[in-house]
Amino acid sequence: MSKYQVNSKGYYGPFGGAYIPEMLYPNVEELQNQYLEIIEDPTFKKEFESLLRDYVGRPSPLYPAQRLSEKYNAKIFLKREDLNHTGAHKINNTIGQILLAEKLGKKRIIAETGAGQHGVATATVCALKGLECVVYMGEIDIERQAPNVARMKMMGAKVVAATSGSKTLKDATNEALRDWINNPVDTHYIIGSVVGPHPYPDMVARFQSIISEETKKQLLEKTGKQNPDIVMACVGGGSNAAGMFYHFLNEEDIQLIAVEASGHGVDSGESAATTVLGHEGVLHGSRSILMQTEDGQVIEPYSISAGLDYPGIGPQHAWLFKSGRGTYVSATDDEAMQAGLLLTKLEGIIPAIESSHALAHLEKMKFKGNETVVICLSGRGDKDLDIYMKYFGF
Amino acid sequence: MIQINKQANGLLSIYFTAGYPSIDSTLDIAEELEKAGADFLEIGFPYSDPVADGPTIQHSSEVALKNGMTLKVLFEQLKDLRKRVCIPVYLMGYVNPVIQFGVENFCKACKEVGVNGTIIPDLPMYEYEDLYQGIFEENQVSNVFLVTPQTSDSRIKKIDSLSTSFIYLLSSNATTGTQLNVEEQSEAYFNRVKEMDLNNPLVIGFGIHNKETFEKATKYANGAIVGTAFVKLLAEDDYLEKIPGFIKSIKG
Repeated sequence: MSKYQVNSKGYYGPFGGAYIPEMLYPNVEELQNQYLEIIEDPTFKKEFESLLRDYVGRPSPLYPAQRLSEKYNAKIFLKREDLNHTGAHKINNTIGQILLAEKLGKKRIIAETGAGQHGVATATVCALKGLECVVYMGEIDIERQAPNVARMKMMGAKVVAATSGSKTLKDATNEALRDWINNPVDTHYIIGSVVGPHPYPDMVARFQSIISEETKKQLLEKTGKQNPDIVMACVGGGSNAAGMFYHFLNEEDIQLIAVEASGHGVDSGESAATTVLGHEGVLHGSRSILMQTEDGQVIEPYSISAGLDYPGIGPQHAWLFKSGRGTYVSATDDEAMQAGLLLTKLEGIIPAIESSHALAHLEKMKFKGNETVVICLSGRGDKDLDIYMKYFGF
Repeated sequence: MIQINKQANGLLSIYFTAGYPSIDSTLDIAEELEKAGADFLEIGFPYSDPVADGPTIQHSSEVALKNGMTLKVLFEQLKDLRKRVCIPVYLMGYVNPVIQFGVENFCKACKEVGVNGTIIPDLPMYEYEDLYQGIFEENQVSNVFLVTPQTSDSRIKKIDSLSTSFIYLLSSNATTGTQLNVEEQSEAYFNRVKEMDLNNPLVIGFGIHNKETFEKATKYANGAIVGTAFVKLLAEDDYLEKIPGFIKSIKG
C-alpha cells in the first residue's frame, strides 16, 4: 500500500478519519465495509466502464496544446475532462456512486452543490437510473447559477435551498448531512469531492482515478513514455486533482502541482488558499486543513470560481501538502481570468474558471523546453460565460 | 461533585447554548434552572457548522457566535459555576473548537471549573479511544456517547464500557428538534437497551418537549433531556422569569 493512499483505519498520515455523529454511523459503516468489495467486483467494473465509454464519452482526449507549448517552452498536454457529458470531471464520480447506491439497494439520492456542476452530474445519473434526487444548494448560489438549477429541475431533481449560515457550498453540505441523519435507511449521499468521512475521500479518488489511468496510456502512445515530468490541477475540495495525481503518486520524480484559488490575493481577506491560510481541524467528517478562526469557527472562503471556494481540502491533499509530496500554490482571480482568456485565444478552448487556475500557474514556472507537462482541464467554460463577459466586457 | 445515579428516575436535564440570547446569560440561566428543579444541565458551546442540529439550535449557535461566545469566554464565565450551581453540568458541542482550544487545555479547564463531562457528537468512539481517552480520564472528565435506534448491541456494550457518567439515547435517528414519536419501533428500541442492563444510567434526548413526552421517555430511562423546546423559550422576553413555569410544565 502506498504511503500516500488511505490506510485501513481511514487515515492519510494524520488526516482523514470519520468524525461523524453516531446518527451517521450506520450509513458510513455500511459504506466502509462494502465499498471496496463492490467497486472491485468485475460486474461493477464492467458496468462502470461501459457507462463511462458510452454515456460520458470516455476516454477523454489528451490534447497536445501546440501553441500553449510554444508560449511557455514546454510540451504541454491538456487532459480534456471538459469534453465529458455535463461538461466536467464530476460525472466520473457520480456514475460510480449511483452504481454503488444501486448495489446497496438505496432508493433516494441526496447531494450538495456549489456552482451546480456536481448537482447537475448527480441529477443526470439519477435520471439515468430513475432514482429520486434531492440536491442541496446555498440560497445565494441558487440565485447566481440559475441555468444549472434549471438543468437539475429538468432532470427531475428537487433543488432545496440551504438557508443557514453563509448560504453557500459549506452550508449546502451541512444540509445534506442533516438530511442523511434524518433518513438513515434508504438514502445514499453522493458527495462531490474528495472530502467527507472515510471512505468518501478514497472512494471519490478511485472513481476519478480514471483521469490519470487514461493519461498514462495516452502519453505512452503520443510520446513513447507513460510518465510526464509535471502534473498540474486546480484544487477546491480537490477531486479532479486527486484523480489526476492518483496513478502518479508513487513516482516520486514526477512533480505534482496543485493550484488553489487565492481570490483577491492570499492576504486580502477574500481568498480560498486553504494550505496557506488554514490550520489542521475537522470539517464535514474528516480531519484535514481548513480555514478557521482561532476559536475553531469555519471561515467562509472567497474565489471568483464557485467550484474552488471551499474552506477545506480533502484529507489526502492535506497529507500530500504536509508530507511535501505535492507542491501547493495559488492563483488569484485576475491571474486565472487572464489564463482562461489566453487558452481561448491560443487553442480555441474556453476553460471553466476552476481549470483556469491551474493554467495560470504556467506563468510562474520556468521551463527548459523538454519537460512534459499534463494539466487537467477539469471543466468547460460555458457555465462561466457570464463571469467572463462581465470581467472582460465582451 | 454530584453524579448521575443509576438508581435515580425521572431526572430532567436541560440543554441551552452558552451566549444565547445574550453573551452573559449563561450562568443566570443555569442558576435559575437549578432553582426551578432541573436535575442536570448541558451547556452548548457554539460552532459555525452544527450538522446534528435542527434550525432552533442552529439559530442559537449563530446568535451566540455573533455575541462573541468562544470556549475561552465560556470557561472565563464558568469560573463562578460552582459558586452558583450544584447539579451536574456537561458541556456539549462539536469537536473542531475543542481541537483548536487544545484537547488537553479543554479537559483541564473543564476540571478546573467543575464541569462533570462533555458531549461531543462528532468525536466518534474510535477517535476518542485512539487519541484522547487518556487525557479525559486524567482530568476526570466523563465523555458521553450517543446511541441511536440503529446502533448495534455490540457497539452499545462498547460505548457502555467507555462511559463513566451516562449514555445519551437518541429517541430517533434525527437532528435536534425532531418530535418524539413513541411508536412500537422506538418502544422496542428503548426496551432493547433497557434490558441490556448496562453499567451506566440512560438518558433519552431529542424530541422531548412537554410532560407527555418526558413521562414516556422516563419510563425507559433514568432521565430525559429537553433542548430545542427550552431554547425556544429563551427567545421570549423575561425568559428567566418563565423558567420555573417551564420546568413545572414538564416535571409536574
